[in-house]
Amino acid sequence: MKDGYDCVVIGAGAAGIAAAVKCEELGLDVLMIESKERLGGIPLQCTHPGFGNFYYDENLTGAEFAERLLDRFEKDKVEYMTEAHVSSIGYVSHLKKKVEVINPSGLFSLDTKTVIYSTGARERHRFETGIQGDRLSGVYTAGEAQTLMDIYGVMPGERVVVVGSGDIGLIMARRFALENAEVVGVIEMQPFPGGLTRNVVQCLHDFDILLHTQKIVKEIRGQKRVEEVVTADVDEELEVMPNSEEIIECDTVALATGLVPYTKILDEMEAEVIMDPVTRGPKVDENLETSVPGIFAAGNVLTINDYVDFAAYQGENAAESARIFVENDGMPSKDWIEVKRGRNVRSVVPQYISGCREVTLNIRVKKPEPAVDVMIRETDERIRTTSVNPGEMLRLNISEEALVGLENKMTLEVER
Amino acid sequence: MYKVAIIGAGITGSAIARELSKYENLEVLLIEKDVDVGWGATKANTGIIHPGHEEDPGSHPLRAELCVRGNRLWHDWAVEMDIPLKWPGELMIANDEEELDTLKKYRDIGRKNGVPELRIVGREELWVLEPQVNQEAEFALWAPTAGVIAPWEAVIALVENAVENGVKTHLNTTVEDICVEDGKIVSIVTEKSEIEVDIVINAAGLFADKVSKMIGVGDFEITPRRGQYFLFDEDVDEKPDKLIHPTPTEKTKGVYAVQTVEGNLMLGPTAEDLDRESKDERSTSKEGLDFIWEHSKNLLKELPSRKRISKTFAGLRPEPPGGRYRIESYGDIFGFVNVAGIRSPGLTAAPAIAHKVKDILFKDLNIDLVEKEDWKPEREGITRLSNLSDRKKQKKIEENSDYGRVVCMCKGVTEAEVLEAVERIIKVGGKVTLDSVKFRTLALFGFCQGSYCRAKIAETISEQLEVPIWDIEVRGEGTEYGIGDVKVLQCSEEER
Repeated sequence: MKDGYDCVVIGAGAAGIAAAVKCEELGLDVLMIESKERLGGIPLQCTHPGFGNFYYDENLTGAEFAERLLDRFEKDKVEYMTEAHVSSIGYVSHLKKKVEVINPSGLFSLDTKTVIYSTGARERHRFETGIQGDRLSGVYTAGEAQTLMDIYGVMPGERVVVVGSGDIGLIMARRFALENAEVVGVIEMQPFPGGLTRNVVQCLHDFDILLHTQKIVKEIRGQKRVEEVVTADVDEELEVMPNSEEIIECDTVALATGLVPYTKILDEMEAEVIMDPVTRGPKVDENLETSVPGIFAAGNVLTINDYVDFAAYQGENAAESARIFVENDGMPSKDWIEVKRGRNVRSVVPQYISGCREVTLNIRVKKPEPAVDVMIRETDERIRTTSVNPGEMLRLNISEEALVGLENKMTLEVER
Repeated sequence: MYKVAIIGAGITGSAIARELSKYENLEVLLIEKDVDVGWGATKANTGIIHPGHEEDPGSHPLRAELCVRGNRLWHDWAVEMDIPLKWPGELMIANDEEELDTLKKYRDIGRKNGVPELRIVGREELWVLEPQVNQEAEFALWAPTAGVIAPWEAVIALVENAVENGVKTHLNTTVEDICVEDGKIVSIVTEKSEIEVDIVINAAGLFADKVSKMIGVGDFEITPRRGQYFLFDEDVDEKPDKLIHPTPTEKTKGVYAVQTVEGNLMLGPTAEDLDRESKDERSTSKEGLDFIWEHSKNLLKELPSRKRISKTFAGLRPEPPGGRYRIESYGDIFGFVNVAGIRSPGLTAAPAIAHKVKDILFKDLNIDLVEKEDWKPEREGITRLSNLSDRKKQKKIEENSDYGRVVCMCKGVTEAEVLEAVERIIKVGGKVTLDSVKFRTLALFGFCQGSYCRAKIAETISEQLEVPIWDIEVRGEGTEYGIGDVKVLQCSEEER
């Protein structure tokens, strides 16, 4: 262990490992910190393919993807700690942050110039989704069920209702079916599935699993373990339709009702890390720097990504920025342009751009629309897309030229 | 030597067990139907140590007396048994002159009961006392002697201390009958065995009516009254320091806004009378939670975003006829003591109830109580690494590296704490379940509600107990965490 680092990366999932490797390759003194026994993060428990299509130009499973990243990590001999829990990050000065760590060897107080925060996301739990009823066994978040099956080798249940048709819900529906569980349905409150089209086909259609759109699970009922769920139909405004209740018998409920960036340590920092109420992650500029100088965010803690590849790219982006920070004793001063959300734009990351270089925007829309333009209102720049849908994050590269003429504001909107 | 069976390890039964563990001529058994202690009415409770100004000595003299005495006794009990307990004080708020009259009524009741430091404050002082209070509030009755406690932590502490002092426990054991011969108690029958006893103390909470009927005394019914709650993350800005509640009604003290002893904002409860058979009905409902939400608007300046809900839950409180406590023995059957109908303020009154039961044994049953010389009032709470100074943390980790393995990230709970909980559960005769570990360590209580760490905690327990992870129970038989190995459904019925 060194006295001081250029960069401490917190969380060794896809974003964190990619960031740490990149930092090392850029010649920074970097330390990777991971809370679990193993490096790799959530991809380790993903036995399904769909990883690496962009980053490696290959279709890998999550575990294979993690292995690829870790090969490079080991080859570069990046310094790391496992079973290490970060209890706080202190902002001592512009060039000095203190990361307090607890692990089986004791307490450590690490000085670093920059931090890349890549702790991923947590799953929304039952109580946030407003599902009422009894507190029973047999209720799992989808990720917890996946951990049980593919890390610990435990079968959660036999007759499963999956709540939520985002990618995680779809993939877990198939995962249960592959182990001979009866998946009695996937319940989705929106009129359309939440996940990627390829997953709807490969996970549901190929396994004859029913998707029930515009339905919610109102209640979970039973004595000890789940015995049934009560569903209800909802209208476009997600209001429950009267007398639409139905009962589905099941012994297991897998909740795939969304992810929330796990920002706990950032929230607890004395220096305020400003959060975006829509993404629930920190607001960042195109360097992925948060409102606290030298603290960068990447991966699902920044914004929920559809593809692991994007998380890895964000990690690399943050590493590049850490290098600039270290070399210049801080990021060069700029006039930031705020990216405003216009028509049918739910969220945009980064929230601030400089306007003087090419930038990749991660955009989520509110509702699906066919063949639309994404447009910058102030400059009338248009980018043609085939279609947009809330389940698929748009990653748009905006060229430097397209940004010419912007002053202090840029409004992004989807135009029919 | 008298053999005493206490039925029910809730706050009442546990307090009695601890009190009776002082005497060497009593052999005390604590019997509980659940697999752990405090899982009945005690668990889902607002957790307030009431000052005693809401108990009218005219209509409920016993409740008033025990509440005020209990409030004082908790000061010592919390220190002796290392129970987290805070004394934030309580504000009963009033929005107009009419409600001001109600505040005066309760102030006068408090004076009669000997509750100290009660006074009515106007809006200026109210805002200084509690900046988070609803700005419409004009007056409040300020009761600085109100406290807040985690009721299950109190029960665990009481039972651990009682066991340390020789009390035996039979958890996961249901009493089915009580045998009487020649006007004297001779034994109790459980689903497992018949146990000879001389004295039975009925502290069965919701089921005290059923137990009392076993020997045909006290013709009363206990009705379940459901209370639903919201619990929010500990870092919501809207939480008050003081306990805030409206003017009470005959039925309920109303919806409270409470900062729990762990620092979470809690809103609730409802007061829904269920039918007498529904003593396991602990479900939450949209209607109930909406009711709390509406009423909470009258208490706080602002309510937090519903996105910050940590959990919602419901509990059942035992409601006796006329709201009357029955703490009494019976001349025609020697050895039976009812401690029934212990509704609010039962948690507050528990230490005073325990003293009263001891007095009943001494005065009514004429038992000469002989104090143990080596009775230990102290009990040490479970290690909470996150509460220790850095120097102490370092020392703990050096002694045992498991204190450096954080398993629950939200609450910073370590593997060593989970293992310490396992040991403590076994020591009081409980079953090691995910819930019993949760209530001791606070793991799984954070804002991820276990989605990230529950499997890891189950693994830790499974390694310690040498049972497969899927057999670890969430809260007792029938609540196993999984159904078997991941390939279990690939096997034929016979292979399983």
